[in-house]
Amino acid sequence: MNRLLRFFVWTLVAILGAAAFATIALRRSEPISALWIVTAAVCTYSIAYRFYSRFIAMRVLLLNARRATPSERLDNGRDFVPTNKWVVFGHHFAAIAGPGPLVGPVLAAQFGYLPGVLWILVGSVFGGCVQDFVVLLFSVRRDGKSLTEMAREEISPLGGSVAFIAVITIIIILLGAIGLIVVNALKGSPWGTFTIAATIPIALFMGFYLRRIRPGKVIEASLMGFILVMLSIWGGQWISHSPYASWFSFSGITLCFALIVYGFAASALPVWLLLAPRDYLSTFVKLGTISILALGILISRPTLHMPALTQFIDGSGPVFAGSIFPFALITIACGAISGFHSLISSGTTPKLVQRETETRMIGYGAMIAESFVAIMAVIAACVLDPGVYFAVNSPAGIVGASAVAATHTISSWGFAVTPAQMSDLARAVGEQSLFNRTGGAPAFALGMAHIFSRTIGGTALLGIWYHFAIMFEALFILTTLDAGTRVGRFMLQDGLGRIWKPLGRTSWYPSILLTSGIIVSLWGYFLYAGVRDPLGGINSVWPLFGIANQLLAIVALCVSTTILIKSGKTRYMAVTLVPLFVLVSITFTAAYHKVLNPNPRIGFLAHAHQIAASATAGASRLAFNDRLDAFITTILVALVFLVVAESARVWFQVLSGRRKPSLHESPFIPSQLAPEEM
Amino acid sequence: MPKPNFATMLRTTRNAAALLVCILREIFDENSYARFLARTDRASSTEAYAEFIHQEAHISERRPRCC
Repeated sequence: MNRLLRFFVWTLVAILGAAAFATIALRRSEPISALWIVTAAVCTYSIAYRFYSRFIAMRVLLLNARRATPSERLDNGRDFVPTNKWVVFGHHFAAIAGPGPLVGPVLAAQFGYLPGVLWILVGSVFGGCVQDFVVLLFSVRRDGKSLTEMAREEISPLGGSVAFIAVITIIIILLGAIGLIVVNALKGSPWGTFTIAATIPIALFMGFYLRRIRPGKVIEASLMGFILVMLSIWGGQWISHSPYASWFSFSGITLCFALIVYGFAASALPVWLLLAPRDYLSTFVKLGTISILALGILISRPTLHMPALTQFIDGSGPVFAGSIFPFALITIACGAISGFHSLISSGTTPKLVQRETETRMIGYGAMIAESFVAIMAVIAACVLDPGVYFAVNSPAGIVGASAVAATHTISSWGFAVTPAQMSDLARAVGEQSLFNRTGGAPAFALGMAHIFSRTIGGTALLGIWYHFAIMFEALFILTTLDAGTRVGRFMLQDGLGRIWKPLGRTSWYPSILLTSGIIVSLWGYFLYAGVRDPLGGINSVWPLFGIANQLLAIVALCVSTTILIKSGKTRYMAVTLVPLFVLVSITFTAAYHKVLNPNPRIGFLAHAHQIAASATAGASRLAFNDRLDAFITTILVALVFLVVAESARVWFQVLSGRRKPSLHESPFIPSQLAPEEM
Repeated sequence: MPKPNFATMLRTTRNAAALLVCILREIFDENSYARFLARTDRASSTEAYAEFIHQEAHISERRPRCC
């Protein structure tokens, strides 16, 4: 009876999901409710988790609850601690959730909502979730080893070195890209800048409070920090209308240098003073905001105004250039699959997992939650009038610098918008202008404010909600920025320490200052180049970030496939080999276009050639930036190609019997913990 | 299937709330500090917290935040 009931329930879920997909894909004549997308997503996740992740757990990975995990065997009460699965799930999700799944889907909405939704769902359940789950389990079976260590042991030393270079390069490009999002969101916005600036003294206060007043009461301090941040959002409204507004109204270049100085300070200062409290505050705001956004969508049931597909699928989009394949997929990046997650899945998380069987819920499940965040970002972007969306996200170099020119260009594409409409909207959210705010963050903030204001406060609170959303995005972008700078600094110190030992000492101040300076200069250069880019920067920096991120996922999937083949699971290697093949096709095609496409809006070299031949001020510097981007893309692809080739060599040798498969797993030790049902 | 009564619902809600608090305490390193105090057999104080931060710095500083 139970079996029959289960069959009936899952059949219903499948039918409901299919109906939702049919609606979002086929209903073109009128706007649809966002609830159809939510329904399609929830049904897809439910079926994928119940059936596909179970298949991987039981047939492919053979999860064994009786095998002791490193948290049990190496329990030291510090980094190896057996922890409740829900607690690890929360911890893991808080670490993997970043600005990528919010920004990427918003930018990709220029193609319409359909490509983004389909790739986020398909890419996550067959790619991202599988990668996170498999890497987590393999790390658990290797005492919590990192991805680079696993690549070195299971593929070859070359694989490990390439993974190391890929990681540090990705961190640098990532920081430049997300820094650009903050700059574009805050330039000429005294309200936003005041709010974000206020988070620095608030974080310092929290650090002082934790250290001197109530030691260790982090939740309490974060709650106080959150209240102070909310007050600063309220106060920012007053600042933006006061004579002090000019104190907080900066150009992109000024904000760029402010961010560089901030990044250096955050990397060089003691962690308890700024980095840790900011991290706590950001996590608090992030988890709360994501939850209330989900509630807001369910309560307000907004209508999507963006069509399912736009004419920009041909590659002529104003937000970024490039056709739907591969650029929609590269742009969405983390919402479907993120190579960066493999660092978390082989970092802190495997050292906390209590039982092997729990890796399914933590690895696969947390990525489902991240993917749902990306779905919410698509909804937030698509509830805006398409004309408004394009006015906010298009650079002046494409649509024109004046309001009249921009609205005329956008309206000529069939997305009606007027200067008065944009000016009213800017006034309603307390901004001077909403034109040319590229980067995705302001469009997401507008969509989020739209959803929230339908639930609480109406248009009267639109400005508060908008700046709340900007604060939310900027806060955790800055947290990623300072944590990333510090992680990059440590990696550089590890590398330089092999050349000259004192440089590897993480507490030696000259080394701290030198390595912090190098890392900040590297991402600062990308940021500066993006700010000066006449096409808005996002057009070149974000695809570069997407390519780098997905290349890291290729490394993770190479390691996973190698381990599966070595374990004698050749029959099931398609589980990781198919997403690997898809990602290689996507990233290598994207890299080819970004380097060699003859269209100057797409190809770095074509753009460099065009700009060098023009009389533009600073043409040689702009052309140099393009050539540098082309060089970095080529090097990254070449390195990852080496990993793929090296992996393929190992697979061939093992499958043809020329090499005895040797796994570097920790030996089986029976768990003393009571087994739990899968 | 047994009918859920009020006491069961209350217990379930209480357990869920306790789990939520536990998740938050782990994310915000409060559990980690509690384990440190238990391991070193000390009471919470500014000195103990300073030492905890110093000892844990190598873990928290290297913890990447994803994109």
